[in-house]
Amino acid sequence: MQFLRDLHDKQAKLFEKGAPLEKFYALFEAHDTIVFTPGHVTKGASHVRDALDLKRMMITVVVALAPCMFMAMYNTGFQAFLAIEAGALPLDCWQTVVWQLLTLSFNPTNPLTCLLYGALFYLPVYVVTLAAGGLAEVVFAIIRRHEISEGFLVTSALLPLTLAPTVPLWQVALAVIFGVVIGKEVFGGVGMNIWNPALLARAFLFFAYPAQISGDKVWIAAQTGPDGYSGATLLATAFYGAEKVDEAGEVILTKSGEPVLSGLQAISDSAWSWWDAFFGLMPGSMGETSALFCLLGAAVLIFTKIGSWRTMAGCLVGSFCMAGLLNMIGSDSNPFFDVPFYWHWVLGGFAFAAVFMATDPQTSPYTDSGKLLYGFCIGVLGILIRIINPAYPEGWMLAILFMNTFAPLMDYAAKQRNIKRRLARHAA
Amino acid sequence: MQDLINILIKAVFVENMALAFFLGMCTFIACSKKVETAIGLGFAVVFVLGITVPINNLIYKCLLQEGALAWVPFVGDRLAQFDDLAFLGLLCYIGSIAATVQLLEMFLDKYVPKLYVSLGVFLPLITVNCAILGSTLFMVERDYGFVESTFFGVGSGIGFALAVVALAAIREKMTYSNVPDGLRGLGITFIVTGLMAIGFLCFGGIQL
Repeated sequence: MQFLRDLHDKQAKLFEKGAPLEKFYALFEAHDTIVFTPGHVTKGASHVRDALDLKRMMITVVVALAPCMFMAMYNTGFQAFLAIEAGALPLDCWQTVVWQLLTLSFNPTNPLTCLLYGALFYLPVYVVTLAAGGLAEVVFAIIRRHEISEGFLVTSALLPLTLAPTVPLWQVALAVIFGVVIGKEVFGGVGMNIWNPALLARAFLFFAYPAQISGDKVWIAAQTGPDGYSGATLLATAFYGAEKVDEAGEVILTKSGEPVLSGLQAISDSAWSWWDAFFGLMPGSMGETSALFCLLGAAVLIFTKIGSWRTMAGCLVGSFCMAGLLNMIGSDSNPFFDVPFYWHWVLGGFAFAAVFMATDPQTSPYTDSGKLLYGFCIGVLGILIRIINPAYPEGWMLAILFMNTFAPLMDYAAKQRNIKRRLARHAA
Repeated sequence: MQDLINILIKAVFVENMALAFFLGMCTFIACSKKVETAIGLGFAVVFVLGITVPINNLIYKCLLQEGALAWVPFVGDRLAQFDDLAFLGLLCYIGSIAATVQLLEMFLDKYVPKLYVSLGVFLPLITVNCAILGSTLFMVERDYGFVESTFFGVGSGIGFALAVVALAAIREKMTYSNVPDGLRGLGITFIVTGLMAIGFLCFGGIQL
């Protein structure tokens, strides 16, 4: 160990002011922090209650994300194998070629091969995110002379998990550069941004290249389509609904004689059960299908007090209220209205968004009351967009970006209220 | 009633003046450095839009629309035969907005001085704001009635106020940001406005 440390320290003089590699000090510093920091310990009586610095905070989030990453790989492979077993052709891409060269089978019952095949899709996306985003980060760090922050590790861990397994890699690179540069670096770097960089990157992809991130064909790494194995997510199934039947199996009709469309009916007709959705064994964005693994992440975040339980609870309560309200209102034309809250919680990206995206400490309000309100509004808005807005299949990304916009205002209001209260206390 | 509330909600969120149409950018960016100022401006915009849009609606319906002059006694029938006067619209609307704001200012100065002081410089400032004129033009284009245009005017005002107050809060928070030199001030504000618009896109596409 000491040998490595000495070797590293010897290089330091190359990067000092006036030395030939001065411009690349940021790189040296990054290596130093990642491998050796915190290197100093308090001597004597310690005053440090908790040495939680930015670095450890960010690494903890990455640790909390690890179960979701694992699930991303397993489920991507598993879904692809399920589709292939049901008759879909493998994708026409290098992953298939590698697979055939390795003479491995497309067998969904073998978890190891599922994991391996999924990794062939997930890892390239992750590596491209790290490389392209990291490049942008390094360029800014060198030009603006700030340090390379571990915050980027979180952004780059989050983004691939929210993408489809079939996303083209150049789009990933473009998106992550947009997220890092426009979402973060123009504000000065980590801790100074207003919007969540990972979500901005995804929003950029969603609006610039909607064909590769929405629809029925992209969510499974096999050739799916309407005339073969259906690649529709359960969310889309619920959105289009199915004809509602009563206990005798008769189709229920409205007064005008049309069959009543029901999202709940469509869900129960589908091949997936609630537990499938809870465990995440269904098509969707790579890392966000599993509510269970998001809960694991939530446990880590809440236990270490890095993610705010207030925001998460707010999301739960908000979505519960909004889903309940829409259940009560009901609608004949919009089948999604009758899907109850416990399905909303396991469908699509709710769990992932509430646990990892909404709790970003920088872009959510700093105040406790603000966090509760912020979470609640995200819950309400997300369900609202999911159900009422036909333009978007899923609502959490935009709901969180919208609430990011208002987070500073919530802090302002909480601050003003506090000032007023204290003034009143001292005036008396 | 349902329709009116839909118009209001649509004007606030879906078709936000500042963030969906990017109207009134000069005031939007110039008066959003502090939240307090922005709140003052927001109230002024709601106030002025709530009054001028219905007034311009009356002007359009009773004077400018094709065949609108039929109500004039004795000569109405002949006046109604003229071509429509909608080409005079732009002139009339700006004139009426300016006159209304001027009257309003004098009225507030005399009878509600407190409100006058708090709205301060914003009243005359937003006379020439394109969000104000824009709302009137949208009202004409969409053929709203009098009550509808009142709701539309108030809704557009609230939408603009919401956006400008949120921007001001963001800019106050950005005091702690380390924005690159070239982007300080206007540049970063434009970027922020664009990113805010992405957030507001969540309502885009909702059919009311």
